[in-house]
Amino acid sequence: MLAVSVISWIYADIEIITQDPWNEVMRMVTGIVTPDFLETDNLITAIVNTIAFAILGVAFGNFLGFFLALAFHIRLVRAGCAFIRAIHELFWALVFLQVFGLSALTGILALAIPYSGIFAKVYAEILEEADTTSLKTISQSTGRISIFVFVRLPDAWIHFKTYSLYRLECGLRSSAILGFVGLPTLGFHLETAFAEGKYSEASAILIIFFLIIATIRKWSHAKLVPLYIVVSLMVIPWGLSDISITNVIRFFTEDIVPHPFRVSGPIDMITFASFFAWITTLFMDQALPGIIATIILTQIALVGAGALTLIFFPLISPKFFGFFGRTLGHIFLVITRSTPEYILALIFLLLWGPSMLPAVIALALHNGAIIGHLMGRYTESMVLRPDAPKGINLYAYDILPKIYRQFLAFLFYRWEVIMRETAILGILGITTLGFYIDSAFADLRYDRAILLIIITAILNLGIDVMSRTIRARLRLRTRVDLL
Amino acid sequence: MLRFLVGFFLIISVIHTEQVFANTFVFTAIPDEDESKLRSRFDKVATYLTNQLAIEVKYIPVKSYGAAVTAFRNNQVQLAWFGGLSGVRARALVSGSTAIAQGVEDPNFQTYFIAHSSTGLKKSSNFPIIIAGKTFTFGSKGSTSGRLMPEFYIRKHFSKSPNKVFSRVGFSGNHSRTISLVQSGAFQIGATNFQVWKKDLAAGKIDTSKVSVIWETPSYPDYNWTIRGDVDKNFGSGLIERVKTALLNLKDPDLLASFPRKGFIPASNADFRPIVTVGKQIGLIE
Repeated sequence: MLAVSVISWIYADIEIITQDPWNEVMRMVTGIVTPDFLETDNLITAIVNTIAFAILGVAFGNFLGFFLALAFHIRLVRAGCAFIRAIHELFWALVFLQVFGLSALTGILALAIPYSGIFAKVYAEILEEADTTSLKTISQSTGRISIFVFVRLPDAWIHFKTYSLYRLECGLRSSAILGFVGLPTLGFHLETAFAEGKYSEASAILIIFFLIIATIRKWSHAKLVPLYIVVSLMVIPWGLSDISITNVIRFFTEDIVPHPFRVSGPIDMITFASFFAWITTLFMDQALPGIIATIILTQIALVGAGALTLIFFPLISPKFFGFFGRTLGHIFLVITRSTPEYILALIFLLLWGPSMLPAVIALALHNGAIIGHLMGRYTESMVLRPDAPKGINLYAYDILPKIYRQFLAFLFYRWEVIMRETAILGILGITTLGFYIDSAFADLRYDRAILLIIITAILNLGIDVMSRTIRARLRLRTRVDLL
Repeated sequence: MLRFLVGFFLIISVIHTEQVFANTFVFTAIPDEDESKLRSRFDKVATYLTNQLAIEVKYIPVKSYGAAVTAFRNNQVQLAWFGGLSGVRARALVSGSTAIAQGVEDPNFQTYFIAHSSTGLKKSSNFPIIIAGKTFTFGSKGSTSGRLMPEFYIRKHFSKSPNKVFSRVGFSGNHSRTISLVQSGAFQIGATNFQVWKKDLAAGKIDTSKVSVIWETPSYPDYNWTIRGDVDKNFGSGLIERVKTALLNLKDPDLLASFPRKGFIPASNADFRPIVTVGKQIGLIE
């Protein structure tokens, strides 16, 4: 694993290119301390949209995922769920933009579809692991539906609720990110502000975003969920025109049909020959370099995230810091893990220029902060020996060996997530698969885009299977509802 | 707390319930330069058109050139301010759509190749072969002046794709960003729209001790207003002519500064044939 990363590092394109980054750093720091809340057009609408899209996307994904979870024993359902969650929200959004245009449906489906795949998997696992003792107490004549509703569901319900709340937080992040491809959420203005160097405006938008995430537990009461859904349905922009069924049909029957088939009259050997040429060129010129860059970036970022985790987790652990130190640690980790990695990468890109380095650091920081947070919490419940050493000795000889397996489990669990994020950073110009997908959409070549998205999904599935095999072999267990 | 939240969200929903734009005439513009305040800038144009046409006209902002074309194709917008390439692509996808107006400057549009001062390059009238091996940024992937034409001249002079000519190739996203990336030294060379260069220069946003123009391309046709053919049917006959007249009569310098153009003149689909030829030649149009 480490060896692969070292090799990746050699081939990676990591240099600092900007001539004068300090000037930019100074402007950023000035911007951060002087947030300007009045600069952005339609900021209130963007805030409302961000929350509404998240609520509807998560609610709809939750609903679909619940029913998919019940059918999760069917192999086809399991495979289908794995496939739809292997494709990042932003790619779903790019696809739906072609079909439904800039409408609410695009935003909701872009979140709901991948989330339903995630919900299905997690809910199925929760049901599987649920306590079965209550099953033994009921009469044998009880119907299957009654057993499910009155015996198995109540037990799992609380886990469903906890997990849904966590997903809502992810949903808010994703919803904001959808703005990067043009939906009217916070990301729309955030990307513009950063790219135009308007750091006071960017810092104001980020502050609002952090406040929404930080207060989530204050406003997300279960009782209010129906109200939230109704209000969200009322406030989201349903679009400028009706959803046109001809657009949907056209997308599937024309747009995504590979070009050689689309232009040929009768399909004959020549068509197949030119299709073969088309797909070979696409694979050699785009897919292959994209796959290589994606893997290189993923591996370096994964090891980076691991290294940063080992530095980050003591910051919030009561075994190492007092109340004051831990509070600072918490603030640092919350900011690092709530800032979308796309934004982190964009900031580093402005500072260091367009190599792979900004993406590596962004992914490592973001994921390091997430695993660091989980590991820090994990150490809270550890009981130390009365004669335990202190400081660096405690860290290296006592805590670290004890949590190392858990750490590896989390890290492997994040592997596939990091790869999915890697692809997305392509939109920023880092030549992963996402770069070629974005280019295909920019050239209105949807046939290429869809094929590249499918390749990306297969790559993710491969990593997913590999990570599960490794975790099983090392007998590492993770609580899914933590990640 | 619960009651407060209920009240608060009900109020938000009343204020923010999105009005339905049934039969509203909508236009968009490709996001080719400074993308902040897009809405404030183009809402003024929407107001002007509303007054001139006596129907409700709205502007929606889009994040990319591709999104502008898609919105036009899906009939979410009926009128768009496109670049040469995006206009050609949009008209190929929507039969019956026509280019009705262009900027005074557009029949003779140019791309400027710009360089950071550390390269030591000076302005020349010949194509600067010396840029080979340096880092280079285009504008948006779908831009005429920031992608199509510079790529055409690069391929013409090196007989190689830009990836093989330069040590690094980037896509900045828009023209003002290309200028600032070259100015900061993130890229050594860039290709930008000459109108945006002149506008940013006049606004004092360019530090000429750090970035300067090293080559100007020959002229080519670029931006245009393109309208869907079915608007006469959907919004009343004669609308296409009225939109055209309204655009040609647009004289307010404040509104024209959004484009930035001195004024608008008539255009036709045939004006953009050179773009189709070049687009096919470098494989950006099939």
